[in-house]
Amino acid sequence: MSMSNVFHIAASALTAQSMRLNAVSSNLANADSAHASTGGGYKAKQVVFQAVAMGGGAPWAQGVRMKEVIEDPAPPRLVYDPKHPLADGNGYVAYPNVDPVEEMVNMLSASRSYQTNVEVMSTAKNLMQRTIAVAQA
Amino acid sequence: MLNKIDKELAFVQSALNLRARRQEILASNLANSDTPNYKARDLDFASALRGALGGAGGSLTLARTQPGHLDGKASGAVAAAALKYRAAVQPSLDGNTVDMDVERAHFTDNALHYQFLLDRASAAFSTLKLAVGADRP
Repeated sequence: MSMSNVFHIAASALTAQSMRLNAVSSNLANADSAHASTGGGYKAKQVVFQAVAMGGGAPWAQGVRMKEVIEDPAPPRLVYDPKHPLADGNGYVAYPNVDPVEEMVNMLSASRSYQTNVEVMSTAKNLMQRTIAVAQA
Repeated sequence: MLNKIDKELAFVQSALNLRARRQEILASNLANSDTPNYKARDLDFASALRGALGGAGGSLTLARTQPGHLDGKASGAVAAAALKYRAAVQPSLDGNTVDMDVERAHFTDNALHYQFLLDRASAAFSTLKLAVGADRP
């Protein structure tokens, strides 16, 4: 059934986008988790997507899935705060390399994509219902 | 009479199949709007339909060496050939060529065409019902 593949594709996109939202929320939640400047603290995480074939005999139906989670290689944000218990010899404390602006943009983008795919799903549902109703009137 | 209705239904059926397939392809594009290096694709609907109806669209036919042989038309193998990449207006830096507005417009347009075809199928059935006198009081 061709139209039910649309459901699978949209569902895969919903899963992928919610994983992206998940990454955004952990990044934002940990934006102020201070750690020692020697390393070992939280690093911003980004989700990378990958196209994946959905229907068995339908190579044109491409869903999406999470390929990997990469950690931002940017250096941590150093803040001069000698009274902080985690401060190093020079008085610096390291904060994660999370960029709140970038994360907010990421969140909006993920949420818009999520909404679009919900609409795709509801259109597909509508079309399927109408298909079932053919010649019933 | 029945023959004519059957012909119309056959046409509507092939067109509906292709519309459903195009819906899948467009849903794939929408699902992969954030996938790096994903290229948006679409169906060349006119040539695909011509192929599905056994016209000059390059459909595969079986060789007939005896008058009693059936002319097996492979209408299912058409869509893969008519699948093309969309010319990108402004591809993004990560190699993705999905333009959300274009895809959504096509998606809605395709859904409308699908509903129109469903309407035609319904009409063909009601004509048939009328002809066999199902509507007689």
